[in-house]
Amino acid sequence: MNQVVEFLVSAAILVGGVFALVGSIGLARLPDFYLRLHGPTKATTLGVGGTILASLLFFSWREQALQLQEVLIALFLFITAPVSAHMLAKAAMHRELKRREDTRGRPWKQ
Amino acid sequence: MLAIALPVGFGLIVLALLLNLYRLLRGPTLPDRALALDTMYINAIALIVLYGIATDGKLYFEAGMLIALIGFVSTVAVAKYMTRGDIIE
Amino acid sequence: MSRLLPFPMLSLLLWLSWLLLNGFSWGHGLLGLVLAVVLPLGTRPFWPNVPRLRDFLKLVRFVLVVHWDIITANLVVARLILGSPRKLRPAFVEMPLELTDDFAITLLTSTISLTPGTVSADVSEDRRTLLIHALDMDDEAALVAQIKQRYERPLKEIFEC
Repeated sequence: MNQVVEFLVSAAILVGGVFALVGSIGLARLPDFYLRLHGPTKATTLGVGGTILASLLFFSWREQALQLQEVLIALFLFITAPVSAHMLAKAAMHRELKRREDTRGRPWKQ
Repeated sequence: MLAIALPVGFGLIVLALLLNLYRLLRGPTLPDRALALDTMYINAIALIVLYGIATDGKLYFEAGMLIALIGFVSTVAVAKYMTRGDIIE
Repeated sequence: MSRLLPFPMLSLLLWLSWLLLNGFSWGHGLLGLVLAVVLPLGTRPFWPNVPRLRDFLKLVRFVLVVHWDIITANLVVARLILGSPRKLRPAFVEMPLELTDDFAITLLTSTISLTPGTVSADVSEDRRTLLIHALDMDDEAALVAQIKQRYERPLKEIFEC
């Protein structure tokens, strides 16, 4: 396998893995629900984005033709991640979950 | 190079999944658990895509796509249930 | 033309995703074309009023800006998450909306959720205010101004007058 392609695939895998991990660390250690919501919606989408980019490069090189179907997964996740975050935030506000005392502003009544 | 990057990638994502599992078990509230499951399915897709590269199989793409579809619908259903106490009104 | 293809962009997207799913071949091209015409016709009653795309080039520019922001946002958020949680300054912010179209508002809220340290939490019943939760906010006015300038204005130019 070509050195340059192999390097790019490896880099994309590592970037994806690191961001997936960072998002999950945020989920595990941040103090309240609204803060925890930030980790998964961003870092995880880029995490999957990185692995999908790696897969795209890898298979495009192997078949010697552009393989774009993995992009569908990334596209779908980029459309749906904000929607699920929004729904979960609404659910949290409905249940009036505790937020950190120093949070400015207030959530809406649902 | 890929021979090193792949196992490291697997390790990072498995670690991420374990952290999600910790949040899922710990809670403390229902939305927290739903969020943990939501993150888990996204990480699972990353794991499957990596497995596809490792085994050089194209079939895993479809599995990833299906998990993405089902995961999203179930998160929305659970969130809706928590807000309205009902899924289909 | 408009009776056969009520939503040309949706049809194009459907056709492209069919080809991406099944691989490029003449047979799938034809089958995808049939589906791209039939599906929008069949689901037409379910669709809300979809705004007309006014400026395609601006849309492309907007998508590129958002992708760039997602990458930089991830670096910023990664630093915040790995740093001390005590240093975070979380806040709920209410932002007045200038957009009126439901579809454009959906795009704006999704963009906000995907970019730097902000998640959109709710839209008011009358579609005039947006509730945003920020991970680490310095100045409320600055955050609102930034979102308006970077995302809302381009969206307004793309979909509305």
